[in-house]
Amino acid sequence: MKGLFVSPSPHRAADMSTSKIMLTVIIALFPAAMAGCVFFGPRAAAVLAVCIAACVIFEALCRIVMKKDQTIGDLSAVVTGLLLGMNLPATVPFYVAVIGSFVAIVVVKQLFGGIGQNFANPAIAARIVLMLSFTPQMSNWVKPYWYSGAVDAETSATPLAAEWLEFQDATVYSVGTSLRKMAPFTLSEMFWGETGGCIGETCAAMLILGGLFLIVIKVISPATPIAFIGSFAVLTLIYTGSLVETLYGVLAGGLLIGAFFMATDYATTPLTTKGKVVFGIGCGLVTFIIRSFGSFPEGVSFSILLMNLLTPYIDRLTKASPFGAKKPVKS
Amino acid sequence: MNKLNGVHLNHNKGTKNCETIDFPLPKSVVIPMSQHMGAPCECLVKKGDPVTVGQKIGDTDAFMSAPIHSPVSGTVTDVIDFLLTSGAVCKAAVIESDGLQIVCPDVKPPEITDKQSLIAAVRESGLTGLGGAGFPTHIKLNFDAVKTPVDTLVINAAECEPYITSDFREMMESPMDVIEGILLVQKYLGIPICKLCIEDNKPEAIALMKKKTEDIKSIQIVALPSSYPQGAEKVIVYSATGRIVAEGELPSNQGVMVMNVSTAAHIYRYSQDGMPLIKRRLTIDGDAVTKNAGNYFVLIGTRVSELLDHCGVTEAKKVLYGGPMMGICLYDTDQPVLKNNNAILAFKNGESPKTTACIRCGRCVRTCPLNLMPVMIENAYNAEDVEELKRLKVTLCMNCGCCSYACPAHRPLAEINQLAKAMIPRK
Repeated sequence: MKGLFVSPSPHRAADMSTSKIMLTVIIALFPAAMAGCVFFGPRAAAVLAVCIAACVIFEALCRIVMKKDQTIGDLSAVVTGLLLGMNLPATVPFYVAVIGSFVAIVVVKQLFGGIGQNFANPAIAARIVLMLSFTPQMSNWVKPYWYSGAVDAETSATPLAAEWLEFQDATVYSVGTSLRKMAPFTLSEMFWGETGGCIGETCAAMLILGGLFLIVIKVISPATPIAFIGSFAVLTLIYTGSLVETLYGVLAGGLLIGAFFMATDYATTPLTTKGKVVFGIGCGLVTFIIRSFGSFPEGVSFSILLMNLLTPYIDRLTKASPFGAKKPVKS
Repeated sequence: MNKLNGVHLNHNKGTKNCETIDFPLPKSVVIPMSQHMGAPCECLVKKGDPVTVGQKIGDTDAFMSAPIHSPVSGTVTDVIDFLLTSGAVCKAAVIESDGLQIVCPDVKPPEITDKQSLIAAVRESGLTGLGGAGFPTHIKLNFDAVKTPVDTLVINAAECEPYITSDFREMMESPMDVIEGILLVQKYLGIPICKLCIEDNKPEAIALMKKKTEDIKSIQIVALPSSYPQGAEKVIVYSATGRIVAEGELPSNQGVMVMNVSTAAHIYRYSQDGMPLIKRRLTIDGDAVTKNAGNYFVLIGTRVSELLDHCGVTEAKKVLYGGPMMGICLYDTDQPVLKNNNAILAFKNGESPKTTACIRCGRCVRTCPLNLMPVMIENAYNAEDVEELKRLKVTLCMNCGCCSYACPAHRPLAEINQLAKAMIPRK
């Protein structure tokens, strides 16, 4: 018989590919993104669409310019675009969204070699760049259903935005401030996401649903979100002494989307379960410190970025110990 | 005790109810002089020599080797240079069968009275591990009872590779051969306990062996969870006894001897009739097989093309010695069946999926039964960082293939592990 293929074993591969993994992440993000579109309207959907389109186009252009294999088929650019869009307010100008996509895909991802090679989470890095460069546009919060006219709509960066920004996190955790006085939302509103905030980060219910889906189908490990949310909750509980405030803290801001979808990014987080736990605890600690003592209202993005930078070191210190390996004899 | 990592495979054991039948006598056979781990044999016959069934045609004085016998009676038509799948070249005798199958007068039951006579008999039988690796059995039996006393005989009947059912059929068709073989080894080697380990996807075999060993206290039947690579030596030792065969150790260092179930049965049969290893049971299956998939007694040296013709294989792109996880590709179907082939599988699709960039998902780390980190090994290999490869213990890799199997980017991690091993200079 002629024309036989000869290759090293194994001759079987699991029915899994990078694009399938990315597709499951997109599916997991979908409910929270949809909730954002319901709360913040067509404008939110437009921001998500602009981010996804811009990320895919930038990725395609980069690969062409760099004369490398085209990688838009792996859907990772779609995930980055979707995550970035979900981390922006609904009112953000489109050019800001495009700049964010450029930072995420071109600067953070492709300049470092493309998928798997980036040291920082592209969506997180882009969000931080936009937050620092376009602070007013990035903190122009609106109330849910503002677009319907049913609520007191105010879309410009005016006192409302300031008030929302103030609410957003900082005051919630200020020492001695009664949370209930400051926060205009009930815990139930926080859980279902009918609050101000970025498009995709408000609906805790849908984020948890998506996160659990990824854990159940074993795309992400539960270690990171448990360590992240757990350590943050424990520290907040100790610091504030209030279970209600702890719950507000967990549900508020970008903690859930960060813990389930951004601190679990493969390329920029540790490989082993031990490493993931260290990473998660580090994220929880930094988030707690920034939220409680820092001058920024939100610390999730910074904590993940910081831990991204530490990932190679965590990896080195949390290597798996091989079965039956003997320790090298030190001479 | 933690469960070791691994992967869950489709079992594809479609031939498990196929009773073993004798494969028709081939017109000619090719007998390579290297069918085992260790030194190749010297070819003892030359062109034109008449041979009989069971006649020794290859042997050597080397320590690590096993003699080779003629499976047919007839005439040696040629002694050729033969390219093995490993890339090495050895001599091979081509024997034309006269169709009479006249048995060699040397073939008679051996006298087994003690450990040394058992080991000598096993050596003369040409027996090598029938599970796949082809380790000469007499060397395994000849452990140093003072330095490394063995108290447990682990009989490997896990058969964790997909498709293969030859060990299963061995147990179903000749359970008493298996048991007698075990008792023989236990008796002369002084091993008090035997654990016969079967994956729990073979409940019929577990039930039958339990029934047959009801009155035999020294043999325990152990049902192991079906998880690849349950039958790997270190894995099965750990699953059966909880003992860890450490880096650089043999199972005997931990008081364990591992033997394939068909190997044990063969020891018993040899002790009864003295017929050396000239034929074996193997499974023929795969999606390119269009008819007669099943289990066969095949003479060693039968060309694989004859098996494939019998099973209606016309369009195979990949033909394997052994299972899909650790099997070896044939480069040509005129290659013969060897002692350690438990299956011949033929598949329609031979192409490997396209490799993409590593996304650091960690699946290779999570599936490695030995807790190695293939993703880091690949990086160290690419950087030719030998010290890091040593630290990552790549030498422990047993090439089970779980990492490559699980990789969503389809990176050839198991292959890279083997290349990385070769990069580390031997002491």
